[in-house]
Amino acid sequence: MVPLSWYVALGAGLFVIGAAGVLLRRNVLVVLMSLELMLNSANINFIAFSRFLGDLGGQVFAIFVITVTACEVAVALAILVTVLRNKATLEVDEIAIMKG
Amino acid sequence: MNTDMIIASIVASLPEIIIIAGACLLLLVSLIPARGRMVLFAGLSLAVVAAAAIATYALAGPVRPAYGGMFVVDGFAVFFKIVVLMVTALVILMSPKYLEEEDLERGEYFVLLLFALAGMMIMTSAIDLVSIYVGLELMALSVYVLTGFMRHDSRSNEAALKYVILGAVSSAIFLYGVSLVYGLTGATQLSELAAALSRDGPSDPMLVLAVVFMVTGLVFKVGAAPLHMWVPDVYEGAPTTITAFMSVGPKAAAFAIILRIFPEALTVVDDIWLPVVTVVAVLTLTLGSFVALVQTNIKRMLAYSSIAHAGFALLGLVAGGQDGIAGIMLYLLIYAFMNLGIFGTVVMMRKGDFSGENIEDYAGLAKSHPGLALLMLIFLFSLAGIPPTAGFFAKFYILAALVAQGHVALAVIAVLLSAVAAYFYLRIVMLMYMKEPARSFDLALTPPLRLALAVAGLGTVGIGLLPAWFLDMARGAVFPGIG
Repeated sequence: MVPLSWYVALGAGLFVIGAAGVLLRRNVLVVLMSLELMLNSANINFIAFSRFLGDLGGQVFAIFVITVTACEVAVALAILVTVLRNKATLEVDEIAIMKG
Repeated sequence: MNTDMIIASIVASLPEIIIIAGACLLLLVSLIPARGRMVLFAGLSLAVVAAAAIATYALAGPVRPAYGGMFVVDGFAVFFKIVVLMVTALVILMSPKYLEEEDLERGEYFVLLLFALAGMMIMTSAIDLVSIYVGLELMALSVYVLTGFMRHDSRSNEAALKYVILGAVSSAIFLYGVSLVYGLTGATQLSELAAALSRDGPSDPMLVLAVVFMVTGLVFKVGAAPLHMWVPDVYEGAPTTITAFMSVGPKAAAFAIILRIFPEALTVVDDIWLPVVTVVAVLTLTLGSFVALVQTNIKRMLAYSSIAHAGFALLGLVAGGQDGIAGIMLYLLIYAFMNLGIFGTVVMMRKGDFSGENIEDYAGLAKSHPGLALLMLIFLFSLAGIPPTAGFFAKFYILAALVAQGHVALAVIAVLLSAVAAYFYLRIVMLMYMKEPARSFDLALTPPLRLALAVAGLGTVGIGLLPAWFLDMARGAVFPGIG
C-alpha cells in the first residue's frame, strides 16, 4: 500500500503549483485552472486521511468541496463572460482599472 | 436518526428554510417583467425576512442541536442572526430607488440577497467545518454575483472578477488548513476537534501550518491586512447598496465563524493563532486608518474605514474571554447600524447622471438639508468613536477587555490609530458644515430609504444611550465554556 506521506506530499505539491499559478500567471483562464489545483489538493488530503483514519467524514467533505467548487467556477466563468463583453481581453493587467 | 430528531432539526433550522423557500418563490415571481415593480419585489423579500425574524425570535431560548451535530441554535447564533436579518432588511429598504437610478431593475437582485442571507445564517449556526464551509460559500457565491450586478459597467465587472478569484483562493487556503486539521484529529465537528486537540496536545508541527492556513482563509473574509487588497476595489466597483450589505453582513457572519473556531475549538493551540491574530489586527488597524486619509472617493474611503474597524474588532479576539467576545459582538451590532447609515447617505446621492461618490460632493449639505446633515454627523461621529454615540461604546468595551487582560500597549496603539481615523470622518463633517455648496442637492430620498436611515440613526443613538443593556445582551449570548 502506498504510504500516507506520499499522498500528503502530492497534495502539498499540487497546492504549491496552484498557488504559484494564481500568483504568477497573467491569463484569467489559467488563474482559474490553477485555483482548481489548489482546491483539489485539499480533496486529495481529505480522501487520503479519510482512508488512513478509516473515517468516512473526509470523503463526505470532499464531495461537498467538489460540488461547491463546480458552482464557484460556474459563477467565475459567468463573470468572466460579462467582463469579456465590455473588454475583449483575458489579461488581468488589462482588466484592472481601479487603483489606490 | 429517528423521526423526532429530524423534526427537531427542521424546527431548529426553520428561519433558514423560510428564507430559502421564500427566495425560490421570489425567483418565480421575478419572471414577470420587473421594470417599475421594484417596490413589489422589495416588499415581498422584506416579508420573507420578517417571517424568518419571527421564527428566529421564537426559537431563541433553549440550545437546540440539529442535524447530527452540524448545526446549533444557541444564544450566540440568535444574536448574529438578528444582526444579519436586520442588515438585510435595511439594505432591501435602501434598494428600490437605487436600482431604478442604476437601471438594474431585476428581481434576481433580491433573490440573491436572500440566498446570501441564508448563507450567513447557516454560518452563524454552523458547528461543523463542513456546514461552516457550505454556509460560507453560499454567502460568498451570492455576493460575487451581486458585486458584478452592473453588467455594463466595467468597474463592477472588474470588482466581481477580483472578488471571485481572490475569494476562491482564500477558500482554497482555508480548506487546505481544514484538511490538515482533519488529518491530525480525525474530526470535523468543532467540539470533537477541541476534545482531540486537548487529548493529544499541540505536539505535531503540522498543526502550526494547519492553524495558520485556517486563520489566513478566514481573515480574508473580514478584509483584514495583509489580505485586504480586494476590499477597496470591490467596494468601489459594486453597486452601493451591495457595498453597504457586504461591509456589514458577511463581515459579521465571518466574525461569527472566527469566534466559533478560534476561542472555542482551537483554544488549546492559542499560542499558535494568538500572535498571528495580534499582528494582523494591529497591521489592519494601522493600514485602514492611514490609507483612508488620502482617499477622494467616498466608497473607497469607507472601504478603508471598514478595514480599520475589522482590525479593531479583531483586537477583541486578542483580549479573548467572555468580555472580549461580548465586546466583538456588540461592536459588530453597532458597526452594522452606523455603517449602513452612512452608506444610506451615499445611496441617496446617486440620482440621474450624478454619481455622488466624490467626497467633495457633500460640501454645503448642511445649508439645504440640515436634518440630513445632522444625521450624517451622528453616523460619522459614531464611526470616529466620539461619545455619546454608540461607536464610542463599541470601541470602549474592546479597549476595556484589552486592558483587563493586560494588553495595555495594544490598547494605547488602538486609541492613537482611532485618533488618526477620526480625521477623515471629521473632514466630511467639516465639508458639510463649513463649505458653500457647489451645486444644488437633488437627493434620491424615498420613504423606504428615509425609514432605513431613521432606523440606523435610532440604533446608533439608542445603543449610545443604553450601552450597558446591549452589552448584557451580548454577554448573555456568548456561548458557554468561555471563562
